[in-house]
Amino acid sequence: MAEAVVHDVLGDGHGEHGADHHDMTYTRKAAMWVFLGSECMFFGALISTFLLYRSETRDGPTATEIFDIPFTSASSFILLMSSLTMVLAHHAFHRHDMRRARIWILATATLGGLFLAGQIFEFTEFVHEGLKLSTSPFGSSFYVLTGFHGAHVAIGVIMLLGMFVLSLSGKLNHHEGLNVELVGLYWHFVDIVWIVIFTVVYLLQV
Amino acid sequence: MAAVATSEASFVSTGPTGLWSWITTVDHKRIGLLYGMSAFFFFAVGGLEAMLVRFQLASADGTVLSADAYNQLFTMHGLTMVFLVVMPLAAAFTNYFLPIMLGARDVAFPRLNAFSYWVFFFGGIFLYSSFVLGGGADGGWFGYAPLSIEIVEVVRMDFWALGLQFLGVASIAASANFIATIFTMRAPGMTLMRMPVFVWMSLITAFLLIFSLPIIGVGLFQVFFDRNFGTLFYEAAAGGDPLLWQHLFWLFGHPEVYVLILPAMGIVSEILPTFSRKPLFGYAFVVFAGAAIAFQGFGVWSHHMFTSGMGPLAEAGFAVSTMLIAVPTGIKIFNWIGTTWGGVLRLKTPMLFALGFIAMFIIGGLSGVTHAIVPADTQQHDSYYVVAHFHYVLFGGAIFGFVAGVYYWFPKWTGRMLSELLGKWHFWSMLIGFNLAFGPMHILGLNGMPRRTYRYPEGLGWEFWNGMATLGTVLIAISFLVFTWNLIRSLRHGEPSGPDPWDGRTLEWSIPSPPPVHNFDEVPIVQHLDDFWHRKYAEDEEGRPVRLQPVAGGASTVITGPPDDSEVDEHRESIHMPSPSYYPVAASFGLVVASYGLVYQPVGFIAVAIGGVIAMWAFFGWATEPSQREPYYV
Repeated sequence: MAEAVVHDVLGDGHGEHGADHHDMTYTRKAAMWVFLGSECMFFGALISTFLLYRSETRDGPTATEIFDIPFTSASSFILLMSSLTMVLAHHAFHRHDMRRARIWILATATLGGLFLAGQIFEFTEFVHEGLKLSTSPFGSSFYVLTGFHGAHVAIGVIMLLGMFVLSLSGKLNHHEGLNVELVGLYWHFVDIVWIVIFTVVYLLQV
Repeated sequence: MAAVATSEASFVSTGPTGLWSWITTVDHKRIGLLYGMSAFFFFAVGGLEAMLVRFQLASADGTVLSADAYNQLFTMHGLTMVFLVVMPLAAAFTNYFLPIMLGARDVAFPRLNAFSYWVFFFGGIFLYSSFVLGGGADGGWFGYAPLSIEIVEVVRMDFWALGLQFLGVASIAASANFIATIFTMRAPGMTLMRMPVFVWMSLITAFLLIFSLPIIGVGLFQVFFDRNFGTLFYEAAAGGDPLLWQHLFWLFGHPEVYVLILPAMGIVSEILPTFSRKPLFGYAFVVFAGAAIAFQGFGVWSHHMFTSGMGPLAEAGFAVSTMLIAVPTGIKIFNWIGTTWGGVLRLKTPMLFALGFIAMFIIGGLSGVTHAIVPADTQQHDSYYVVAHFHYVLFGGAIFGFVAGVYYWFPKWTGRMLSELLGKWHFWSMLIGFNLAFGPMHILGLNGMPRRTYRYPEGLGWEFWNGMATLGTVLIAISFLVFTWNLIRSLRHGEPSGPDPWDGRTLEWSIPSPPPVHNFDEVPIVQHLDDFWHRKYAEDEEGRPVRLQPVAGGASTVITGPPDDSEVDEHRESIHMPSPSYYPVAASFGLVVASYGLVYQPVGFIAVAIGGVIAMWAFFGWATEPSQREPYYV
């Protein structure tokens, strides 16, 4: 009993005790959930700020004038599809099918990258149409909210690529460092936040 | 074999020595000590700032400080005491004792723990470096907009915005670590309702931090962007709303108040039962009252803003919620008094400070409730009455509690007792000095003396009490000199304490002082609340404690000692301890380099890039290095 606890505690995934694997993963997942709880408040505060300033447009463009809903719907769809590929990567990883896991990880990173490319394109368009960070409180809160979301996606892409590199040298495992389960939790969370942002910031404002 | 065993034993008991071993340490006990020593250093600095402020105010038309210097000093005093003293002191105690009290060998993520410390450490240096780079932060610790965004040529408030952000990252990482530790790494039998109250309060504090820090994080980013990238969040002329800052700040700031006090409440809840030789009265009530404080703590923030014109409905709502939060706090006070009631009190120094905590905290709590009454609060707002109130809860509360903790646990850290005589001198001088310094501020505040003004004219009748307050500050300073002398002297010459000098109740007293690197030779199996007490005592028919067996060598005979040669190998468990790592300190260094770059952009973007690369390299190195060294045996 005591020995099993020691293994759990220090995350010894190399011991003979099959159950330990599960338990250290549990500890790591607990921490990730706590972190995501914190992130909820982070995005909550950003979204609240946006709602406060949504009609403070001064002389700049308003939401109705500027948002291109079909385009953003398409990039939202891409991001949501990346959650599907993330699940497939997780599934393949659990069946120890590293080849497929690698493909799906790369697919997820690619879709995330596409979403980011769409965001950069969208930001560029908006700036051309006259909405800058310093145009109005609406502009400030829009760019800072969606920008911070984009930064989260970018960090996710970096972690996915890191996992891909690690998996090539066979260093990817359940117990240490990056793993599919934790990155998956983070990735899904970032996607869910986007659903809220897309609804509140885009759909409800036009 | 014997030689190997000896060298191993010395390694196990003390760990490797030298500066590098402390920089790369991932041992929760060492990290706790690092937090404690850093906090003590910053306490001295923050105390000196307070002394300068008090000398300036000692008489009418003070000439010690200019208005500008005064603004920097009162701002940095507040920031230091909140973020660089009380929070890291709580982290020090939590780091050191949370795993031990749970019967664990370390926290869930030892390297993340080291990362938290180094981020805090570099954050403190970052914040203070602004003194040589254009002056200390001068907009108050609360940094109200639009004041905080107005003067962008001077970088002071940039250092404030990024420095607090830094300290927030450290606390969020530490909190996630503590929560994961508490939920998944308790010793067998250590159910949640058998956890020491200190652990419970650490858990609740961690949740408060997790949910409140990101809110101010957003606010600080907004201020920083307003100052540097032309956003308009708090630019009233352009439709920005400075009141938003107050909401975001206090939505963090009020839970933060409980972050500061709950760990001290936890410490006092450990000390009172030990020195009353009684279990904590109403354990479950104390625990749930703590949780209730945390929940309600998120619903009272606007009582800091009663004069901002929120309208009668919001004011009434927040007045009621503020009065209600006094209820769980009152429950705790009754439970502490109930613990001492009918107990066999031993008035050792830790107990004196714990009792001082209760008395001072009651005064601070009562003046706090008066803030809930909106018309009264409108009069008290921004007056010295408020200064008196929060010093009674933060100094009279938190600092008294932490000092009690130092006297209580110093034997566990060092194996030596602090001097009782010096301890009593410390206690009485600090108690008298504290009341002399902050008691008169109630009167000054009600007489209309505003806070945050660097001087006052003659003839308002404020000179006498201001003089007394300054005298009190001097007495406090003397009391801490006594304390420092006690610490230094006892480190070398204190009486050896043995493992269990206070006849303690919780698991930390069951292991040697100072504890070995791996804490427990054998992971304990917990059967009771106050498990260690129940291993030492049974109860007779009338509920009085009866020693189970005469213990010659302190507690060590109760716990399984080192196995003799006959049972080598078969019954010993291998111990896996995490290996030291330089990646956490490297990652935090990268982040601080990037932060300096952000202050001095656009040129600084080079530093942002360099710092970012360092941090990225460290994070990936961290993710791929093996987390533990070779297993060993005891």
